[in-house]
Amino acid sequence: MMDQQLISTSFTINRKEYKVSVAPWSSLLDVMRETLDLTGTKKGCDHGQCGACTVLINGKRVLSCLTLAVMKEGAEITTIEGIAEDGKLHPLQQAFIDHDAFQCGYCTPGQICSAIGMLQEGKAQSRAEVKELMSGNLCRCGANTNIIDAIMEIKEGAAHA
Amino acid sequence: MHNFRYKAATSVSDAVVEVNQSAEGQFVAGGTNVLDLMKYFVAKPEVLVDVNPLNSLPVVSEYKEGVRLSAFATNADTAYHPIIEKRYPLLSKAILAGASAQIRNMATNGGNLLQRTRCYYFYDVNTPCNKREPGTGCSAIRGYNRMMAIMGTSEHCIAVFPSDMCVALAALGAVVNTDGMQGKREIPFADFHRLPGDHPEKDNNLLAGELITGIDLPAEGFAEHYAYLKLRDRNSYAFALVSVAVVFRLDGDLISEARIALGGIAHKPWRVLDAELYLQGKSATVDHFAAAAEIILQGAKTFEFNSFKPELARRAIIRCCKMALSPDTQLPGAQPSA
Amino acid sequence: MSTQPAIGQSISRLEGFEKVTGSAKYAGEYNVPDLLYGYVVNSTITKGEILNFNADAALALPGVIKVFYYGNRPSLAWFNMQYADMDAPPGTPFRPLQDAEIKYNGQPIALVVAESFELAKYAATLVKVDYKEETFTTDLIANQASARSPKVGLATALKPPPPKPVGDFEAAYDTAFAKASGKFIHGTEHHNPLELFATTTIYEGKGKVTIYDKTQGTVNCQLYVGNVFGLHFKDVRVISPYVGGAFGSGLRPQYQLFLSVMAALELKRAVRVTLDRTQMFSFGHRPPTTQFTRFAAAADGSLRAINHTAIAETSRFEDYTEVVVNWAHMLYPAKNTLMEYKLVPLDVFSPLDMRAPGGSTGLHAVESTMDALSYQLGIDPLEFRLINYAEKDESTGRPYSSKELRKCYEEGAARFGWSERLPQPRSMKRGNKLVGYGMATGIWEAMQLPARAKALINAEGKLEVSSAVTDIGTGTLTVMTQIAADTLGLAMDDVTFSYGDSKMAFAPIQGGSFTVATVGSAIKAAGLALAKKLFRKAKQMQNSPLGKAKFEDVEFRDGLIALKAQPKAVIALKDIVSANKGRAIQSTNFNLPKVMKLKNYSRAAHSAAFVEVEVDEELGVINVTRAVTAVAAGKIINPKTARSQILGGMVWSISKALREETITDHNFGKYMNQNLGEYHIPVHADIHELDVIFVEEKDDIVNELGSKGIGEIGLAAMPAAIANAIFHATGKRINRFPIHLDDLM
Repeated sequence: MMDQQLISTSFTINRKEYKVSVAPWSSLLDVMRETLDLTGTKKGCDHGQCGACTVLINGKRVLSCLTLAVMKEGAEITTIEGIAEDGKLHPLQQAFIDHDAFQCGYCTPGQICSAIGMLQEGKAQSRAEVKELMSGNLCRCGANTNIIDAIMEIKEGAAHA
Repeated sequence: MHNFRYKAATSVSDAVVEVNQSAEGQFVAGGTNVLDLMKYFVAKPEVLVDVNPLNSLPVVSEYKEGVRLSAFATNADTAYHPIIEKRYPLLSKAILAGASAQIRNMATNGGNLLQRTRCYYFYDVNTPCNKREPGTGCSAIRGYNRMMAIMGTSEHCIAVFPSDMCVALAALGAVVNTDGMQGKREIPFADFHRLPGDHPEKDNNLLAGELITGIDLPAEGFAEHYAYLKLRDRNSYAFALVSVAVVFRLDGDLISEARIALGGIAHKPWRVLDAELYLQGKSATVDHFAAAAEIILQGAKTFEFNSFKPELARRAIIRCCKMALSPDTQLPGAQPSA
Repeated sequence: MSTQPAIGQSISRLEGFEKVTGSAKYAGEYNVPDLLYGYVVNSTITKGEILNFNADAALALPGVIKVFYYGNRPSLAWFNMQYADMDAPPGTPFRPLQDAEIKYNGQPIALVVAESFELAKYAATLVKVDYKEETFTTDLIANQASARSPKVGLATALKPPPPKPVGDFEAAYDTAFAKASGKFIHGTEHHNPLELFATTTIYEGKGKVTIYDKTQGTVNCQLYVGNVFGLHFKDVRVISPYVGGAFGSGLRPQYQLFLSVMAALELKRAVRVTLDRTQMFSFGHRPPTTQFTRFAAAADGSLRAINHTAIAETSRFEDYTEVVVNWAHMLYPAKNTLMEYKLVPLDVFSPLDMRAPGGSTGLHAVESTMDALSYQLGIDPLEFRLINYAEKDESTGRPYSSKELRKCYEEGAARFGWSERLPQPRSMKRGNKLVGYGMATGIWEAMQLPARAKALINAEGKLEVSSAVTDIGTGTLTVMTQIAADTLGLAMDDVTFSYGDSKMAFAPIQGGSFTVATVGSAIKAAGLALAKKLFRKAKQMQNSPLGKAKFEDVEFRDGLIALKAQPKAVIALKDIVSANKGRAIQSTNFNLPKVMKLKNYSRAAHSAAFVEVEVDEELGVINVTRAVTAVAAGKIINPKTARSQILGGMVWSISKALREETITDHNFGKYMNQNLGEYHIPVHADIHELDVIFVEEKDDIVNELGSKGIGEIGLAAMPAAIANAIFHATGKRINRFPIHLDDLM
């Protein structure tokens, strides 16, 4: 028999409060996808090797597959479902559509969350630096140049604003 | 993952006690490696003690003439900290050459020191591995060993230590602060990690349940002449085949002090003091860099798929020494520069 | 016709909103009440048999429902044929949980079903299996001597065997002016779509199931499930609206589908089985292949003799084949040819088509040998191709339905700046980087299969089109909507295309770059049939303004049928439906390729790739700094999504030439880097300037749309062009992929 610990944990996802009772072994990713039906965040490897599960926690881009839900008590989490506001796409989401920055779409939520986190970090100036700091998000369809084009459009737009 | 108990630490002493109560206790901070290992059933802790609540230190604080890094601060916060960027740019560059931005936002400084090897066989619980299960044998010696060590190997293990950050810490001569059942300790970086020897299951010299609380950097940060070069099978988000950290203090054309540390070639960051002494007082020329490289790589032992590594390391040392003379030639992701 | 046809327009993906907001649901994301989770247990040995299987410890955990293995699985279909899917190679299809025999490392041997994913995964580690191990062989290179000819079967229809020898190769080669030869080694590759394979099976009662599956063929999976589990086909519905990449991995029903359906039927509950990334390496791969080439030419550069031999891996139970050695003679004339293709069966799972199967393998050998021969002759590599330009398919003697490869060479070379290339290897430098220019030719057959499509006009006068076809990220939804819109001259907004559901009109598997030709042509046929039906009904309406007009006399535009001669004499489509008592008017049509016409032609897309590399002279670090691919693929339906397809092929080319490989440890007979950390696909930092050109190519023969398909052609030429550029930069001819920095030190 197995003694399974359950821990009550509260956090905010996309400005909405959740209180869940979870086993310690549940990743934040699985809790969102399986328990809360927030399936926009994707599981591509479950080991921190692809970036598909990227979300913003307290404003920083992190991997939800390598995050235990029980360790995020009180956290403010933003997923791809929370990037658009009131049905209006974030400019980066629109740029992804305009630049055809996805094909199958499976890496897209992670790419977008990661890019938003990257832009907020403000460490990338050149295109080469953007590519380097986006390299934690794999794209198997090969949309790489379109993804970087979309991000550069927003980055340069913000710089000129 | 195995079924485990989770406990958020309330104090260092509480955390240490909690981990020691179970033979299979483990600390977790960023979780980027321990959770990865748990999902592969390589790590099977009964209790996981979350040390994040203990993060009371600032990311970086002044300490003696140098600085103290919080063990609980993230790699990203450390790399981008203004003091680190200004006084210890080598450390900043090395951290940013590792993993991905997301992982650096999660992984902590203490955790970085405690990464396990990425040896394929260590990660695969269905193959023999002395590091994972002592006495079962080393599959890598006769297996696919492109990534494996060429220095300091033993007949029991040829794994490499995967960190970039630690290569810089080795070059800078950091000191690791710990706390545990036997009290606080200060461990010089060179004595922190181990060679595999007869006990490859031990990566480092921490005692059971001992917790890293901080990392001290000495006053000299070599902010004028430094470089980190990482060579790997893709341009980013891959572990090093060979990486090199070089710092110099120059007196005119002469090298008054040199430090050279290598990653990706041994079970710990690799420094050979004879080579650094050799360079002392010499002019900063390619010939001298090459001679230093020869000293560093003496005794290299290669395996079927990594016979290229000594030559790659030799060339990487020379290039990185050249890069250190003009640090502004460094490219994003520790790519080789012109 | 409306003034602005949709075909040819650059239209953003219609599912873009869903994909950028996370609302697009993939197969493993249908959360239903009381869902159970299955986790697969895989064999840890490579060959042998299970002696003992004990799941007691797993079953003792609260929340573990059942552990299925060969000893307790339900009885299943008896005949091999019932396990053979549309893409099954000749042989005996693998049957999951069939018996105690282990055929390969990682073979699925059990399914643990539990109330949560983590619990199922943990319980799987408690399953105790004792094996009897047998000796095994997994090393292609060590076993090439045992290569034999492949068996022939149904699947061979799309994969013709090598052409028969022509002339006397050996004599011609021996006496030729210039020669080049090579041995080319390709390892195993895995598709690794970012989405993990997953199936959610919902048990509907009475032997009826609704299945959300990651697949490239909803009907293929429906037939497979019906056959294997003895269900009526109409009781099996397979839905696959969003597919997170596939690249061939979804061409066959994978074992998670079998296991999910089996568990759902047995437990009479919804069951999801999601594979993990390690398991993504356990059901098909691009086979390792060794190739040998010998090409010879006369002093004027004309090719005299071509020999291309390939030896590829297959499994012990199926003869998977690829078209590897047929390309050279389709591209270049030579009076003496000798092509051979052989297999070595090993203790691995059957290989599986992976993007540009065979082509990306074979063309590397062909085009790098051509490159080597151009240096022997002292002729510019592009000029050498032009000297040997084939106006017809030399391997069959048939003309091409169209071939604008010459334009690909011209426009690609101009855009790239090929004329600035200095001929000598190691002659171009940028700082301490050696710079190299390389080029290569690509070709991919333009195929078409039979398919059905349904088209209807609803009460609002809008067009609804449907097909069971999937959209694996190729832009199928958008492109089919464009094709459909033009059939009735409608705006895109007035057309909906439904897809990815086996209950819709039949479509074959989505692969081989034949989806637009196959499903698009069916839609065009259905649209035309619907137009005629609407026209007939319109004429029968009271006071019809169409009078005695013939179909040729009218045009469809803006939701109307109008007389061409009297543009004001119109009938709205919705009024025709009203007159039909509000009942939608529809047409479902089966469309067959025009075989009698097509057999007189060879049909192929062509491309030319131009690549610049920089190689660090001391460290060997390689970067593809820029590349141009010029493509001739007939009519491009949507230049925006088409460009992305080619860009994807170009990234795959960089990956194939420089990055990805599955490492096998032959001591264990298993893959060792079964994860995305060590199976290196390119990261953003690896990808620099990529440029795509579509040259004008008109083709009235290939199919109703004049369109050739572009999924593979982007990966046909560029891997060889990269290798050739590396030779130009360094003087080193590396014929083993992927090329690593240590190859160039």
